[in-house]
Amino acid sequence: MANTNLTFTLNGEATEVAFAPYKTLLEVLREDLNLCGTKHGCELGECGACAVLLDGQPVLSCLVLGVECGGRRVLTVEGLVTDGRLHPLQETFADLGAAQCGYCTPAFLVTAKALLDEHANPTRHQIREALAGCLCRCTGYQQIFEAVEAAIAGPR
Amino acid sequence: MRIIGVPRRRVDGRAKVTGQTRFADDVMLPRMVHCKLLRSTLPHARIVRIDVSRARARPGVHLVLTGRDFPISYGILPVSQDEHALAVDRVRFVGDPVAAVIACDELTAFEALDFIDVEYEPLRTYAEPEESLAFPEPRIHDYGDSGNIHKAVSLRFGDVEQAFADADRVFEDTFFYQGNTHLPIEQHAAIAARDPDGKLVLWSSTQTPHYVHRALARALAIPAAQIRVIATPNGGGFGGKSDPFNHEMVVARAALMLDRPVKICLTREEVFYCHRGRHPVLMTFKTGVRLDGTITGMHVKTLLDGGAYGSYGVASTFYTGALQTVTYHIPAYHFEGCRVFTNKPPCGPKRGHGTPQSRFGQEIQLDKIAESLAIDPAVLRLRIVEQPETLTANYLRVGTIGLAECVHRVTRAADWQNKFRKLPHGRGVGIACSSYLSGAGLPIYYNDMPHSGVQLKLDRSGGVTAFCGATEIGQGSDDVLVACVAEILGIEPIDIRAVTGDTDLTPVDLGSYSSRVTLMMGNAAIQAAERARDLLAEAVSKKLSVPRDRLVFADRRVFDTENAGTGVAFSEAVCLAEAMFGTIGSTGSYTPPRSAARFKGGGVGPSPTYSYSAAIVEVDVDPSSGWIQVPRVWIAHDIGRALNPTLVRGQVEGSVYMAIGEALMEEQTFRRLPARLSHALVHKFPSMLEYKSPTTLDMPEVFTELVENPDPRGPFGAKEVGQGPLLPVMPAVANAVYDAIGVRIDEVPITPEKILTALDARAAGKAPRYGPTRFPDVPYPEPLDVPPPWDGGDGKAASLPRRSSQPDRASEGGVRR
Repeated sequence: MANTNLTFTLNGEATEVAFAPYKTLLEVLREDLNLCGTKHGCELGECGACAVLLDGQPVLSCLVLGVECGGRRVLTVEGLVTDGRLHPLQETFADLGAAQCGYCTPAFLVTAKALLDEHANPTRHQIREALAGCLCRCTGYQQIFEAVEAAIAGPR
Repeated sequence: MRIIGVPRRRVDGRAKVTGQTRFADDVMLPRMVHCKLLRSTLPHARIVRIDVSRARARPGVHLVLTGRDFPISYGILPVSQDEHALAVDRVRFVGDPVAAVIACDELTAFEALDFIDVEYEPLRTYAEPEESLAFPEPRIHDYGDSGNIHKAVSLRFGDVEQAFADADRVFEDTFFYQGNTHLPIEQHAAIAARDPDGKLVLWSSTQTPHYVHRALARALAIPAAQIRVIATPNGGGFGGKSDPFNHEMVVARAALMLDRPVKICLTREEVFYCHRGRHPVLMTFKTGVRLDGTITGMHVKTLLDGGAYGSYGVASTFYTGALQTVTYHIPAYHFEGCRVFTNKPPCGPKRGHGTPQSRFGQEIQLDKIAESLAIDPAVLRLRIVEQPETLTANYLRVGTIGLAECVHRVTRAADWQNKFRKLPHGRGVGIACSSYLSGAGLPIYYNDMPHSGVQLKLDRSGGVTAFCGATEIGQGSDDVLVACVAEILGIEPIDIRAVTGDTDLTPVDLGSYSSRVTLMMGNAAIQAAERARDLLAEAVSKKLSVPRDRLVFADRRVFDTENAGTGVAFSEAVCLAEAMFGTIGSTGSYTPPRSAARFKGGGVGPSPTYSYSAAIVEVDVDPSSGWIQVPRVWIAHDIGRALNPTLVRGQVEGSVYMAIGEALMEEQTFRRLPARLSHALVHKFPSMLEYKSPTTLDMPEVFTELVENPDPRGPFGAKEVGQGPLLPVMPAVANAVYDAIGVRIDEVPITPEKILTALDARAAGKAPRYGPTRFPDVPYPEPLDVPPPWDGGDGKAASLPRRSSQPDRASEGGVRR
């Protein structure tokens, strides 16, 4: 199958990529752009591990076709570090035990970022609701909630 | 202590939050090709014919493999070498791998599967254990105790019948624990390649690289020294990545044949077929008690639905009867266990391995006993807690016991006295306790070597590399390794690089199972670090003319404790030592103490020491819909000492989470396809959407208490935490449901339907419970009688059973003589 070309903004950088047109955004990121920070747990939209931000909104990259992303902004975990500094969520997730095996962590991070971009000071319940599409089998979620709250409390 | 005991970012924390942790499917190699497995569509059948010629001819297909390419069997236990990478002449469950296609990309491989022609001759399907007991033929395997019974055991410690005769009351209850699966978010993946020397390298999401190494050498018949297994960090394991797997064997063989890298990543559906999860267990508990609640004797019978292969099943069987005595004093104890084969994905070790099922029964029965004797169930447990530093009826040597303190802590934190039997209808609280091993006392295969080894390399820069075969599965084993070394050498975690889980580079550690890593690797790390410290101390002592025993290692310095200004930087200490001794390295190793058990079957259960937990669960039950919610859980865990409290809390809360899933929703169950189709027995819902697991909205608030009473057997006093805290939660949920609405749900998962059925039963004047009512006739063998310590026993069997079976050697660990 002939490759298709795509131009979009990936982690703030203009990016051009050629890939088989049937590929999902998840596959394009991992296989064609070598950005393996975005994970997969089912490739059916069930586990939430592949979440990325598309134009600032969390989407499951296994349910988005690569060809849908032309001209749009995609943010993955690799784009959270700015000027060589971890995002506050990355700092608090690492410090407070919010990442155990780390496999679902990129999805939780970008989803939490989308929440904080929209709400300066979400309640615990709002945090729970915002993250409900991501499954974590390690932590029991509590340290994730605490890490999100600590990122709110700390310097933004 | 500067590092031990202080909440701290784990050493691999930065990698995990930046997406840089390299999991197995993240390994991409030039010229890599992709593998897909064709899996059986029938639950039990003879393979009459396989024709792969059409698939082989497809464009982009490089290789097609079948069972003929894998004549040698393997399996995790020496007594259960019953698996082939691809089915040789028989398939045993829907999902059993039959053939493999290796192609230029995943899609091409996947599409080629449809062009493999397999002709099957169906055989009788065994869907339930009762069928396996009723029909010995056809056998699912041609080994095992008899017919379709894989393993049947009977161990008796003391005169249990007399104990029942001496009791004021005897209780008998039947329980069922449904099977469930690990559901790690990372699907299993593996990639194999030849290294430049032509030797085999396998990267795999495995918890047990050493055992995979051995299995590969056997199944592929190549020298182990020419195989390198690298355990990539696991994206969750929970026991589900502890067996050597078909797909690992297949990509290894294919990479050798094609001389190019071969990768496989299982689909989520395939992960449900790999399984090795919680055995469904039917069980009865017969317990004699005095009026004060003390136990006179206990007789436990279990029946395990093993699925289609052996896996860890022999050990799992013994584990359903091993740890009852470790929590409470039981003077006379009889355990009968039986595992049967059925045509379902094989069961194996999931968090708690064989013990959560029987813990569920034991703790609910205690709740019933307490009510019947009008004793508060928390008080009852305090009366019967086993004594520390003692030998149980079944010869398990327990160390420190913080269980009473755990009960005190949770009852205080939960305000138990003002809640139990006092909350309004529909709300309730329940309590339960548990214990777990801090590492299996015996290895999977019999040997006298250490269970864990650590090697240190000290660089002139002051940097240290710590090598260990232990596998990071999210639990924080790399962090434990680094923390122990840093503490002893007085340097910072960032100064140390952990190299782990690589059979070429690292000394053997048996793997991340049985909650063994912190205790065993930790002790080995301490020994290695102390040996390195001694070398440095000698060199620094000479340089500074300060006696060795006055030197302190702290703050990246080695200095005189009586004059802190006199000292050298740690890096200089390494240079001084290197000048004096040559290249500086050290090793440490750990071997568990010899077990007191001297009887066949005594190899399962011994551990250097045991952790203890107590949990109180609060539930809200809507009597009209049966809907059940868990708002709060209080849990106290006897950890000995928390090496990194942040990670310990994470293990406790993660255990509670997984337990809530098991208690309320998770089940690995099966159904028959309609007769007009194949009528095959298939997994009911091999997807994450239908296999329900708790989300952020389902997770209760957890209040964790760590009970720290250092155990001298553990590194800096630490015991396990990865599995034990799961165990008390399921029975505590069931006990809380009873407190809330007065019906007993004697099985998991506890669903709204079961609650409504029990409420209906009560309304109809029947027993207010839901659960099994009968236990089938199981042909357990004659008991092996082992007099308990207080009857003058020495750990040996008094009599040989009349019906003896094959020697078990290392399966259940065997017995060291």
